[in-house]
Amino acid sequence: MNAPLMAVLDGNEAVARVAYQLNEVCAIYPITPSSSMAELADQWATEGRPNLWGRVPIVAEMQSEGGAAGTVHGALQAGALTTTFTASQGLLLMLPNMYKIAGELTATVFHVAARAIAAQGLCIFGDHGDVAAVRPTGFAQLASGGVQEAQDMALIAQAATLAARVPFLHFFDGFRTSHEINKIELLQPSHLRALVDDALVRAHRARALNPDQPSMRGTAQNPDVYFQGRETVNPYYAALPGIVSDTMQRFAQLTGRRYALFDYHGHPDAKQVIVVMGSAADTVAATVDWLNARDGRCGVIQVRLALPFSAPHFLAALPQSVQSIAVLDRCKEPGAQGEPLYRDVLICLSEAVAAGTRERMPRVLGGRYGLGSKEFTPAMVRAIFAELHVAQPRRHFTVGIRDDVAQTSLPVDENFDLEAPDVVRAVFFGLGADGTVGANKNSIKIIGEDPALHAQAYFVYDSKKSGSQTESHLRFGPRPIRAPYLIRQAGFIGCHQFAFCERPDLTARAAPGATLLINSPHAPDQLWDELPRHLQADILAKRLRVYTIDAARVATESGMGRRVNTIMQTCFFALSGVLPREAAIARIKDGIAHSYAKKGEAVVKRNYAAVDYTLEHLFEVPLPAAVSTQREAAPAVPPNAPPFVQKISAIMIAGRGDELPVSAIPADGTWPTGTSVWEKRNLSDSVPVWEPELCIQCGRCAFVCPHSVIRARFYEAGRLFQAPPEFPSAPLSARGFPDLRYTLQVYADDCTGCGLCVTTCPARSLRKAGVRALNMRPKAPLIQKARAEREFFETLPVNDRSRVDFSSVRGTQFLQPLFEFPGACSGCGETPYLKLLSQLFGDRLLVANATGCSSIYGGNLPTTPWTTNHEGRGPAWSNSLFEDNAEFGYGFRLAADHQLGLSRQLAEQLAGELGAELVRETLAAPQQTESELRTQRARVAQLKCTARASQNALAADFLAVADQLVRRSVWLVGGDGWAYDIGSAGLDHVLASGRDVNVLVLDTEVYSNTGGQASKSTPLGAVAKFAAGGKPLAKKDLALQAIAYGNVYVARVAFGANPQQALLAMREAEAYPGPSLILCYSHCIAHGIDMKDGLEQQQLAVKSGHWPLMRFNPWLRKRGMNPFALDSLRPSVPLKDYLYRELRYTMLARSNPTSAARMLAAAQEVVNQKWGVYEQMATRDGSQFSPDAAS
Amino acid sequence: MKLDTNYMGLKLAHPIVASASPLSADIGRLRHMEDAGAAAVVLFSLFEEQIERDNAAFEHYLNAVSDSHAESAGYLPAADSYSMGPEGYLELIRRARAAVDIPVIASLNGVSAEGWTDYARQIEQAGAAALELNVYYVASPDEDGRAVEQRYVDVLAAVKRAVSLPVAVKLSPYFSSVGHVAHALTEAGADALVLFNRFYQPDFDIDRLEVARSLELSSPADIRLPLTWIAALYGRLSASIAASGGVDSAREVIKYLLAGADVVMTTAALLRHGIGHLGVLRNGLLQWMEERGFESVGDFRGELAQLTLANPAAFDRANYIHILESYRA
Repeated sequence: MNAPLMAVLDGNEAVARVAYQLNEVCAIYPITPSSSMAELADQWATEGRPNLWGRVPIVAEMQSEGGAAGTVHGALQAGALTTTFTASQGLLLMLPNMYKIAGELTATVFHVAARAIAAQGLCIFGDHGDVAAVRPTGFAQLASGGVQEAQDMALIAQAATLAARVPFLHFFDGFRTSHEINKIELLQPSHLRALVDDALVRAHRARALNPDQPSMRGTAQNPDVYFQGRETVNPYYAALPGIVSDTMQRFAQLTGRRYALFDYHGHPDAKQVIVVMGSAADTVAATVDWLNARDGRCGVIQVRLALPFSAPHFLAALPQSVQSIAVLDRCKEPGAQGEPLYRDVLICLSEAVAAGTRERMPRVLGGRYGLGSKEFTPAMVRAIFAELHVAQPRRHFTVGIRDDVAQTSLPVDENFDLEAPDVVRAVFFGLGADGTVGANKNSIKIIGEDPALHAQAYFVYDSKKSGSQTESHLRFGPRPIRAPYLIRQAGFIGCHQFAFCERPDLTARAAPGATLLINSPHAPDQLWDELPRHLQADILAKRLRVYTIDAARVATESGMGRRVNTIMQTCFFALSGVLPREAAIARIKDGIAHSYAKKGEAVVKRNYAAVDYTLEHLFEVPLPAAVSTQREAAPAVPPNAPPFVQKISAIMIAGRGDELPVSAIPADGTWPTGTSVWEKRNLSDSVPVWEPELCIQCGRCAFVCPHSVIRARFYEAGRLFQAPPEFPSAPLSARGFPDLRYTLQVYADDCTGCGLCVTTCPARSLRKAGVRALNMRPKAPLIQKARAEREFFETLPVNDRSRVDFSSVRGTQFLQPLFEFPGACSGCGETPYLKLLSQLFGDRLLVANATGCSSIYGGNLPTTPWTTNHEGRGPAWSNSLFEDNAEFGYGFRLAADHQLGLSRQLAEQLAGELGAELVRETLAAPQQTESELRTQRARVAQLKCTARASQNALAADFLAVADQLVRRSVWLVGGDGWAYDIGSAGLDHVLASGRDVNVLVLDTEVYSNTGGQASKSTPLGAVAKFAAGGKPLAKKDLALQAIAYGNVYVARVAFGANPQQALLAMREAEAYPGPSLILCYSHCIAHGIDMKDGLEQQQLAVKSGHWPLMRFNPWLRKRGMNPFALDSLRPSVPLKDYLYRELRYTMLARSNPTSAARMLAAAQEVVNQKWGVYEQMATRDGSQFSPDAAS
Repeated sequence: MKLDTNYMGLKLAHPIVASASPLSADIGRLRHMEDAGAAAVVLFSLFEEQIERDNAAFEHYLNAVSDSHAESAGYLPAADSYSMGPEGYLELIRRARAAVDIPVIASLNGVSAEGWTDYARQIEQAGAAALELNVYYVASPDEDGRAVEQRYVDVLAAVKRAVSLPVAVKLSPYFSSVGHVAHALTEAGADALVLFNRFYQPDFDIDRLEVARSLELSSPADIRLPLTWIAALYGRLSASIAASGGVDSAREVIKYLLAGADVVMTTAALLRHGIGHLGVLRNGLLQWMEERGFESVGDFRGELAQLTLANPAAFDRANYIHILESYRA
């Protein structure tokens, strides 16, 4: 064996390297946390990297995991070595094909970054819920621990499946392993070649469907033979453990790394043993060593081959001395006798005892841990071993949470920790936007290259898309680092944003005597007084050494721009002690030379200079002996927040959600709306400031604001008597209301500083250059005034909806947004549509939201933006899945329609008691205009009031459904990934249903939430993941598809280009009593633009003809008119002028200018051709469009 | 009739050259220029500053949103193999060379000393017939005139050391002593001088109180300044002279030749009348020469230059006074 080749990479890359080399076809669909495996495979294929047999594998992105599984099945049947990468809901979508693939004894490996299944809520994080859900399919299940094992098992699984003919599901912990970066011994092609038998590959191919030797599979079988057929596979499963065991032995001979189906670690005569699989095994093993070093008799069995569960191998691994066992499952089966691994172990032992092959039955406990990436620590392992000693233990326990409902949880000593003293541990707090994570990934690579050092990194992100905070946990040490849990005792804490000094947990992970590095604008001798009391106290209590640097200034002065990551990284190298200071600085300079060599000597020199300049400006902070301030950090939410927000949301906002007990969490996933208003995030240093005398009160700023931070109200002038000094207002610009004042209020605490409001403002000063009615100004000097003004503004009455002109953009500013302060990106191009939706129909709105960006900024805890009006009414929102949103929302409609019918029927039956005239009026009421709706609400309220007093048994039934008498507005919301791809069939079916549903497609032309994968909406020539060479096909014209039905209202809108048309379309769609589809242009960070230019891009998209604005209204067809209206002018700008302002297009121009030019020409041709079609449609008469027979 | 001319060693079929403009960014248009009768073409300028700025923006957008979210480490495919240099421009040179037979002259607008020489080398390797240095430089208030002049000389000298192809310098008319600068540049190795460069001069929008970005095309009235200096420098420099600015018809071409220009460059006429106007200019020149019986351009080049003129006083200051007096009359 040659010296091993070491590399620093994450679990996904480690697995993808092997899978890529060993397969010919890879059919995938992106899903967190597995996406990067497929993305890497696609990248390598694009680069022309061959597999083990010298051919570049085909990587195909499908429309869903169901589609990917079907393609995998087909490719396997046709003889190709085929794989896929997936997780969670994706794996569940593959389930039917998995039965088929296993039933047909087909060799393949599915690599799964195991992730929680959406139940009471979606969770992108890791557990074994998905893997457990597919246990009955017939796939063997091979579990990996850390990154090294994930790589190794990927190979072992592939070699074994070819020999066994049983398909394998190889899984490893989502995020904890898939995203952990570690230093591992890389497998070489020679290893792969040695372990994978080409004869078996040929045998696999020989089993392919082949017209030269025809056979058939997939027959339909009857009661006479199906059962027997199902039993034919048993010998293959019986042989499988032996095959895997043999493969592992051969692997050990090749690499020196030994694995077994069940690996025992611990005392040879252990009394207590934990059985576990996945990354947790490392945590248990380390704790076992600690306990055994203190007279413990403990052990751990790490399960690798989870299915088929080989009883002989398990029993052989388990010491005879064992008295009690805890079997840990990282999943939950509500109502079951225990989770799958527990049941397998229990059955194995009881059958062994019953058969006499084992003397006595040890006590077996089943425990759940780590669901949704909940931390699993040595302290928890110690608690489990403690429970194994208890006379009356909890037979079914949980660990890692506080279960005060069913009392399942074990008590854990949170202070217990296991960290080797020679391991350097560092924790960094940064913003997503400041490059902290990227710099730390770079540090890991640099240090990991040292042959004497091992390194590990793991990153934690919050769920906000704007101002997201990151935590980086880095370990460095002389031995391989197998600690799959967050650092609790760090020797170095990096605080990369001064605002984080207010966090209550900044130094919670600091070990005594640790170094704290603070990026601060304050001078070293003034910093101390700027820190809040809790931080000062903790620094002194833990005797921390504090260093500071003004990284923003250093970055600017050394020509590094605005990003502080390189500056902070240099400080870390200088202070952390991972390497001697001089060596560390030399290493970082080597890294710079490597990274920037292509950019020229000048760039390298500039970076070198920045390093030196940084070191000159890094200072130790003199610390006094005592706390010098009484200033406490601001509470997470203000004291007037509702009780739920105080007790639950505030804890989660403060990053202490782990402390919440089971009883604090809603049992059925039902959470209150309107919580984002309490989370004041203060993300932006500058905010828009209103100039009342310039403002023309057009309302465009409020219309385009992605975070609903600009509100307008008009009110009686007399109210200003209570206003704070200098409260800005202006006479309402409307004839006939001389006594009304108008105020445009900016919610400064909630503003993300995108600047779209300023960009869209048409009012300019005639006296001062560059001044508009809204101008971005530094926030700090004005925040107190802004808060007082906002407080007063909220006392002004919400404008009466019946006095507001809904048909104009100007009018909408007075409608209360019931979608506010989402966690969306600064400058988001989607949220203005949702805000408008909530303004127009919010008090009777049902939203079915497909999984994606909109479900994350719309529904990700801790706080959510959908809210209520002053009457307590507002949108009711739910997310089912990614793939089923159209059907899900359709269900809303069916329920509403049915219950409307029921309520009408009951009202008629109760007419005598409720008032015949009132019932008649109610049932005949038109409900189009706001005043009609308001009158109807009043009627229903009166009916309910009367019904409550009734003794009639039907009255209670009527009350249960009476609210349906006010027309419900059902909206199906999602992105293009949903509408064009995974939900396409369902959407098509629902549009064809004729029911009154409204579909809002927030079209960013790419999968935004999962990181920029191509969808069928991605335009020709745009670069995206899985379209690295530019998408060769034009985007699907969903509008024309829907128009083809004849009865679907269809609109294509772009609020930045024509807000009035967007408003009109939304109102027409809602008023139309059949299905409606609105395609909304949504600029996005995935386009590679400055988001403040989003509106300009929308205008260019329309002017260039890329996004022609149109409406198709079947109602007009019924009246003999042309239902198709083209709302934008003939293209007046070359497509290039729009495209080449976006990175998604210029990337191709840089990587392959010839191809980019060809695609640009083709894209222009598509625009020209499509415009011709639209123009022709716009000039037809109504009879030339499909009629429909719907009423 | 012989229209051929020599421009910094390049043998041109006639003296009308398409100057640097966005028109040259497209190979189809370059072919059209050749077909319409351009004797040579100067490509649009490669701006070092623009490359730097585009690269910075490219990297910013690639990295600005990376490693920010659990679900997405980035939003675009990995970007290791993307061109961060002037490849697009170099490719244009290569394709232009292949597409047309007339000389393709590159134009470079640098910032750093390294930028001038590096890009000049790459332009030479890409096959440009010659290089025009577009020294677009607006001096800061604390920089004296001597330093500005020296900057031109230094840039030229550095580029000349780096490459062996002919190098022209496109000059600003705003020197205290244009003649002196012209001499200094010639001594530093300039193979040609292009008189003159037009600086971007923004306008103001008084309704919106904004600086307005617009470019006025030059008109025949603009030829006076270059005409004056070409006439003054003709015969006194070893470098070729190109006239640039104000050409609209053959009349301006003829005037510049009479002043002593070796070639006459135009963009404004092509933007105003179309690329086919090159043929109109050439035919107009031919017709004029025929009418006067000139056999070659050499027969009349420099005929109205100071050195040639029987009465060079027409260029003197005294003549200015005479003109003013004629107004008074």
